Amino acid sequence: MPTRVLVPSGVLGLGFDRAALARGVAMRPDIIAIDGGSTDSGPYSLGAGVSKYARAATKSEWAELMAARRAAGVPLVIGTAGTCGADATVDWMAAITAEIAAETGERLRVARLYSGQPPARVAAALAGGRLRPLMPAPAVTAEGLHAMTNIVALAGAEQVQAALATGAEIVIAGRTTDTAIIAALPLARREHPGACWHGAKIAECGALCSTNPTSGVIVVDFDTAGFTVAPMAEGAACTPQSVSAHMLYENADPFLLHEPGGHLDVRGARYVALDDRRVRVEGSCWVPGPYTVKLEGARVAGYQTTILAVLRDPRYVARARDWVARLSAFLAETIARRMGLAPPEYRLEFRLIGVEAALGALENRTGAPVEVGVLGIVTAASQTTATEIGKLINPFVLHYPLTDDEELPTFAFPYSPATTDRGALYEFALNHVMHLDDPMEAFRLEVAEVGPAVANAEAL
Amino acid sequence: MPKLSDIVPKVRSKNAGPFWLTVDVFCGDPATFARVAAALDTAAVAALYGQPAGLVKRFDIPELNVVKFSFPRPVVQGSADDRDMHGAQWAHLLAEAQVA
Repeated sequence: MPTRVLVPSGVLGLGFDRAALARGVAMRPDIIAIDGGSTDSGPYSLGAGVSKYARAATKSEWAELMAARRAAGVPLVIGTAGTCGADATVDWMAAITAEIAAETGERLRVARLYSGQPPARVAAALAGGRLRPLMPAPAVTAEGLHAMTNIVALAGAEQVQAALATGAEIVIAGRTTDTAIIAALPLARREHPGACWHGAKIAECGALCSTNPTSGVIVVDFDTAGFTVAPMAEGAACTPQSVSAHMLYENADPFLLHEPGGHLDVRGARYVALDDRRVRVEGSCWVPGPYTVKLEGARVAGYQTTILAVLRDPRYVARARDWVARLSAFLAETIARRMGLAPPEYRLEFRLIGVEAALGALENRTGAPVEVGVLGIVTAASQTTATEIGKLINPFVLHYPLTDDEELPTFAFPYSPATTDRGALYEFALNHVMHLDDPMEAFRLEVAEVGPAVANAEAL
Repeated sequence: MPKLSDIVPKVRSKNAGPFWLTVDVFCGDPATFARVAAALDTAAVAALYGQPAGLVKRFDIPELNVVKFSFPRPVVQGSADDRDMHGAQWAHLLAEAQVA
């Protein structure tokens, strides 16, 4: 029996086409699955254990999906809840869910799948030779693991299946692979494994695999031979080109995809248009392998203070690089003299917006900008030190001259104070996989009832 | 010699996880694909991004008229040295490269 998965959008918090969602619900899906995050915005979310999306946006979209779930009468699953899928963001998402249930008077069974890894577990895996670096991987020590603010393992289909097996109506999963939440149910129902993973990869960004990427909603039918994908938005179409091209997206290798317990090989996949909006795919292959889960970890790499000045004086604009070189040398000497600090105790970098801010040393073009933004970034071991350096350099960033024998210039500061404390700078510190004997040994499952108990008892 | 962006519809770059960058050259049609696939030298692309050529994975995909390059990010995403969190602006280095 085919398994129908409704994917409302590529990520919770970005919005979706409501009419398309209603159309998807009317198609009687077996499950609704949505991704809640990614590493794409950088290490901050994982480092701090917070969602990058506004709680208000998350809550309003989640309430709509909970209503869609109620209408469809099937489970609703979110993977990588709260952007990073740390335990704290699973709890954040669970609290939002309970709040909505209380407001709607709905009694629900909610499973929480936790992907957070105690440093000691990963350190034991390191000591036992069960941690394997991918390329390129940062160096890892037991001490370094204990210094990380969050470590998560990417759950695969097995852990999501375990959560669904609790009978939960809603599954809030911590970090999972993007595909696992979509592939889990069809795999459990013994659909074609290559099709399950391939269809899940095609669907993981919602309608990005269609001609109307922002419409969000798509439906994938999985069966024992392949999968069929269709967008739900009016006028949107999936074409063999739009579907197969999605394998390129954010993928280093467009033909191979590693997942816990094996890899997907789509070199033999055939993409055929069933009509002007649906595409049928067969021939993708799942290759079983050792059971490993990918790890993500983040640590504090310092604290930052920034300063922004704008040069409009044409002489300074034309010689911005020279000016920054001269200013940097002066500031290094001043910071050493007044604070007794030298790199690597701190780091001070100026990026010239209008000259090389995006590409740095790789920039190979020059132009004649009207103005140049000078973004100074101070990184130090504490916020106190970074803030102090920011204050120390402030007057010089404002007034430093290009030559010794000229009147002091005054550049444009866009705001007061000119410096901004950014708090902790986090960095990704793991690109490794961890070997598991049992898929659940590194994951934790909790089930709870939410919503008004009394109303439920009366209904019974 | 024209720039790559003068002859292809789109050049796109994006993170492929925090440690990798991937650059897709959409050529649009088979003739352009053949021309671009022949003109783009993997070692030259590697040099553009400051990476050893041995680390660059290249995929010539005639079904999509796409040439794809993947390589370790010039700097790890979000590290103190990173200037482009999503890696999307790096595409322009290749888009502006001259091709025969």
